Amino acid sequence: MVTPLNLKELSKKELRFTAGHRLCAGCAAPTVVKMILLAACDYPVVVASSTGCLEVSSCISTYTAWKVPWIHSAFENAAATLSGVESMYKALKKQGKIDKEIKFIAICGDGGTYDIGLQSLSGAMERWHDMLYVCYNNEAYMNTGIQRSGATPTYADTTTCPAGSVIPGKPQPRKDLTKIMAAHGIPYVAQAAPSHWPDLMKKVRKALEIPGPKFMNIFTPCNRGWRTRTDDAILLSRLAVDTCFWPLYEVEKGVVRVTYKPKEKKPIEEFLKLQGRFRHLFEPGREQLISELQRMIDENWERLLKEEEIFASKEEEKEEVVK
Amino acid sequence: MTQIVAATGNEAVANALRQVEPDVCAAYPITPQTELMQRFSSFVSDGKVKTELILVESEHSALSACIGAAAAGGRVATATSSQGLALMWEMLYIASGFRLPIVMAVVNRALSSPINIHCDHSDAMGARDSGWIQLWSENAQEAYDNTIQAFRVAEHMDIRLPVMICYDGFIISHSIERIEYLDDDVVKNFVGEYKPLYPLLDVDNPKSYGPLILPDLYMEVRRAHAEVYKNVAKVVLEVAEEFKKTSGRSYGLFESYRLDDAEIGIVILNSAAGTTKDVIDEYRDKGVKIGLLKPRLFRPFPYEEIGKALKHLKAVCVFDRADAFGGSFGPLYLDIATSLYHYRKKPVLINKIYGLGGRDYMPEHAEAVIEELIKIAKTGRVRSYKEYIGVRE
Ligand SMILES: Cc1ncc(C[n+]2csc(CCOP(=O)(O)OP(=O)(O)O)c2C)c(N)n1
Ligand code: SF4
Ligand SMILES: [Mg+2]
Repeated sequence: MVTPLNLKELSKKELRFTAGHRLCAGCAAPTVVKMILLAACDYPVVVASSTGCLEVSSCISTYTAWKVPWIHSAFENAAATLSGVESMYKALKKQGKIDKEIKFIAICGDGGTYDIGLQSLSGAMERWHDMLYVCYNNEAYMNTGIQRSGATPTYADTTTCPAGSVIPGKPQPRKDLTKIMAAHGIPYVAQAAPSHWPDLMKKVRKALEIPGPKFMNIFTPCNRGWRTRTDDAILLSRLAVDTCFWPLYEVEKGVVRVTYKPKEKKPIEEFLKLQGRFRHLFEPGREQLISELQRMIDENWERLLKEEEIFASKEEEKEEVVK
Repeated sequence: MTQIVAATGNEAVANALRQVEPDVCAAYPITPQTELMQRFSSFVSDGKVKTELILVESEHSALSACIGAAAAGGRVATATSSQGLALMWEMLYIASGFRLPIVMAVVNRALSSPINIHCDHSDAMGARDSGWIQLWSENAQEAYDNTIQAFRVAEHMDIRLPVMICYDGFIISHSIERIEYLDDDVVKNFVGEYKPLYPLLDVDNPKSYGPLILPDLYMEVRRAHAEVYKNVAKVVLEVAEEFKKTSGRSYGLFESYRLDDAEIGIVILNSAAGTTKDVIDEYRDKGVKIGLLKPRLFRPFPYEEIGKALKHLKAVCVFDRADAFGGSFGPLYLDIATSLYHYRKKPVLINKIYGLGGRDYMPEHAEAVIEELIKIAKTGRVRSYKEYIGVRE
């Protein structure tokens, strides 16, 4: 029986990522992991992680927070490692040595996904391994002390692109990895955020039901690296969505669908002002930096809506033809 | 019934892999290994094996995938050379740290720069401290036999470590030789059914692979790891003994050639040992008491056994097909010197660096070194402890 995605039923399920891990108080990563594993509660799963905050804090010496089989081998290769696990599963299933329906999930940081692990991820997706690769995206290399990554947004202050008197934080735009993954032509790609948990869990569940490679990019606030209040992870996640800084959408078989449209798009300041990493943008004389960020976000959002529209009209046309 | 064929080294190892039929293989092309995995891919395409082949996007991913596959709980193999092995470096240590019985053919080739596709041993020597067992092979027959034995050694419950089978690029990988193949069912029986240990795919008994271990326990873990290597030589010999019963061919930790009554000796790895043995025979005919030692199990290095085999000699030359830049001597020399250090009476030891990047090793080279050893044995005087030979000045 399929477990319905409601609090009543989900609260009866065992948490397969337990308390006692050593992630910071208020870190959104364990919340995201629990949501993924709860959405997958009807399946046995094997999880792979890349080196990073989640990995170093969840399995130390003889303790592990993982109640599912879990493997961490290195930083840049979770996708390749998991592709090996999945291939062995296929081999043993073919030989009749395994009969269970097991799902394979990678849960990796943005550094291990956007940057050093991009080749391994791209390869695993192109080889069509049956796995869901999730990036828990906290927008920097947190484990090594908040260095910039390809996911770090423009003008964020990190330890390797510090906001100085001349350079106001990271000068470059962040990489649009979700689109890059969609361009692989894989059957399912999505962006999600823990503030919108039913959306997140529905996407995980949908992904797990589709055979082949799937990718999800999940916004994961980090109070330590973003210099925010410890208990603001979900608020920040909601603001990221409501400002369209982090749009919630999916690309299923190439068709773009925005899964949540804020009734009223909030100005980006509301997201920025709660975070130490953007504090320098509020200094006098730097107003244009915020407007520039606003322009980038607006453009991205408009483009996304247009992409959705293209497909929406095609779908309608198809219906008409059928009629 | 054994089958006698004419085949290249790569063909022979591909055939061994077909006979063993690992559950998962990962492959990425690099000369001179490429042909091996191409042949294996044909076995997959033609349905001759049920192996899941992962055609990865790099060698780093090849070994990462092998690590995932082996941890998942099945038999795993791969192959590489040179830059490919160098790119795997990080993962080599993780494969051995996880105690995963992965088998990898290393078709020895020089390392860049300058780029060069021909044989030397820099690639495998660079990996010698990574915790992999290394079995070296003089010819295609040995490469084939070592491949089959490697699975038994790697998967032995007292060991569970990855194994490299090293053989010389082009010289062995691409030359046609006479080879005796065992029957398919003989090989299948010899390697036996794979026994998983803590498989990830046992979802009812979840295991975590790859923990963080800090200074409070790291040293204990590494010490326990080091202990495992003490079991390897014994298992290698047991497996060789059993292999002899099925094949008639005998293997040890090293090959000792006309060494017992010798006064001078040569230590040399892989294909060059063949040429050297021919020259040794000529000198023996002239009454010169010379022998040869060819390491087979290079990692873990059997110090005691090799020390015992060489200590009675007056002079020994160690040939290295790799240099250790900025270090003192070639890598094989260092291990041989260590094996002999504790003996009060020991041979004079010299080191020759030869055959880099596929430079031919000729009988004349062996002859010149033997003449030099004869002189050293007679006079005790050494002209040079380390030098390059077969090099244009
Ligand atoms: C090959 C390699 N390079 C660098 C590192 C150091 N390192 C470990 S974790 C990490 C950053 C992880 O960042 P991310 O993937 O974003 O995860 P986070 O810690 O932010 O959750 C780095 C740079 C490493 N372990 N391996
Ligand atoms: S540094 Fe950030 S990502 Fe890492 S554990 Fe702390 S809050 Fe979580
Ligand atoms: Mg990160």
